[in-house]
Amino acid sequence: MSSNSSYRILKNKIAGGLMFSITVFSVLLVVLIGLGLYLKSVPIFEHNSFWHLIKSSEWRPGNNQFGFLPFIAGTLWITLIAVILALPIALLSALFLTEFSKSYLKKWVFTALDILAGIPSVVYGVWGTLFIVPWISEKLAPHFVEYSTGYTVLAGGIVLGVMILPLLISLFVEIFSAVPREFRDASLSLGATKWQTSKHVILRKTFPGILAAVALALSRAFGETIAVLMVCGNLPLLPHSLFDSCYPLPALIANNYGEMLSVPLYESALMLAAFLLFIVVFIFNASSRAVIYRIERKFK
Amino acid sequence: MRLKFIEEKIAKGFMIIASLAVFAFVVNIIYTIFRRGIPALNWAMISQIPAGGYYNGGGGGILNAIVGSLYIVLCSTILGLLISIPVVFYLNVYLKKDSRLAYIARLAFDVLFGIPSIVYGAFAFTIMIYLGMHTSLGGGILVITLLIIPIFIRSMDEVAQQLPKDLLDSTYALGATKLETIKVVLRQIAPGIATATLLSVGRAIGDAAGVMFTAGFTDSIPTSLNQPAATLPLSVFFQLSSPNADVQDRAYSAALILIFIVLVISILGRLITNYFSKHKI
Repeated sequence: MSSNSSYRILKNKIAGGLMFSITVFSVLLVVLIGLGLYLKSVPIFEHNSFWHLIKSSEWRPGNNQFGFLPFIAGTLWITLIAVILALPIALLSALFLTEFSKSYLKKWVFTALDILAGIPSVVYGVWGTLFIVPWISEKLAPHFVEYSTGYTVLAGGIVLGVMILPLLISLFVEIFSAVPREFRDASLSLGATKWQTSKHVILRKTFPGILAAVALALSRAFGETIAVLMVCGNLPLLPHSLFDSCYPLPALIANNYGEMLSVPLYESALMLAAFLLFIVVFIFNASSRAVIYRIERKFK
Repeated sequence: MRLKFIEEKIAKGFMIIASLAVFAFVVNIIYTIFRRGIPALNWAMISQIPAGGYYNGGGGGILNAIVGSLYIVLCSTILGLLISIPVVFYLNVYLKKDSRLAYIARLAFDVLFGIPSIVYGAFAFTIMIYLGMHTSLGGGILVITLLIIPIFIRSMDEVAQQLPKDLLDSTYALGATKLETIKVVLRQIAPGIATATLLSVGRAIGDAAGVMFTAGFTDSIPTSLNQPAATLPLSVFFQLSSPNADVQDRAYSAALILIFIVLVISILGRLITNYFSKHKI
């Protein structure tokens, strides 16, 4: 009996050690990825300073000129448009879901959101080329510019905006639901309408959470590759208007993976692009998660 | 006095419009893909591999991509489960609620969850070059496993954190070691595992940027882990970049097949989740 129980305790300990190492290793993965990408992008710094790479817009890999400005600008543009378009829709529908709607309506909207979240990004890309791009080039652009192919900053922004909607809404719903019932009751019993309660209590109380959710959505949008690759036009030039083509960072990496081994420093340049994405996503994610944890703990 | 009621009405109107917009997007996306995808869809598309000259309008289908995607999804889901169940169990049973390691680990998985698949792809690609591997089925499985582990852990962990402490205490009181409570814990987080699997499969089958570097693309069905493998999203992407209109039409059909698989998985997943929920306290 005692040998049996010491065997069980030993098994328990060994399993614990094993699980500890799997856990620690997967935590270390973050460090490994960052370090790996950094080491791979180091060679390019021997020829160019970091600021020069960021500020220059000359992209001629054959001549060892790697200016990342057009790509960074492209990424920022489409991400910004995506958030500007998605934020009001997401806020309003999340408020509707948590404060106003009946539960059977909720079920329907959540199903729609699940489908939207499940649609693969390549399908969003196809939808963009079939629907958004022609719409921009035929209907919208003629009002503003003489000619546009439709493969533009705006197309990338709209497609990305739809893609981040489900993430934003589910985060907002999570955050709004964390506000205790008593807060709402107190406001309503003072005679405020539901909308006044939403505006002055819910939105104000959860403001840091909203910011954090937006940061998460931003970091998702930064890294989105295949869909924006299909609708942005991919010209390595600085975009000057919504109807110009652009070339976001992830698209740059994806488009050139085949050729990059033939030109020296090219691989290093692309790995720098990946490293930049990693750093931005890391900072945005870590800080916004920390904020969300704090909010959820505060209301518990 | 009246103003606030008018404001309420207007605000509610906007909210309904916003929620309807979500529906409109779903319907529009699915409608657009179906309308363009149906005409070129035929049995050969899903039962044959590309024949010679397929990308110039020749015969054949995209069976290579369908099978490649299924291989990758199946293998990486199993691998992902094997890695993430122990982690979730460790975080929730072995570690205390206020453990520093658990906090850091959760934050790390949140960060990993946010890392774009193109970055995973680039990272895996450098490792593969370092190891002297070529683009292969194995590489694709590796990168997709990395991609879905954070999804698994995060969504299972959410359910596991709700585990009643009393339940664990009663197993300990009966003399069980922490490891032995896994029998009880697994049954409790079963619905979480089902949901997590569903989410991961959806993400795994739709991912293009990660496998682009690592699994490569081929017209044949891989027979070993060392051979490159085609995947559905990349098949859609490559066919769409063809200048030939017939091939582009097939890209729409391939997108339709992809979206169909994703929808079926999500419906099946819902049924399975309901089934597994029956042991939940």
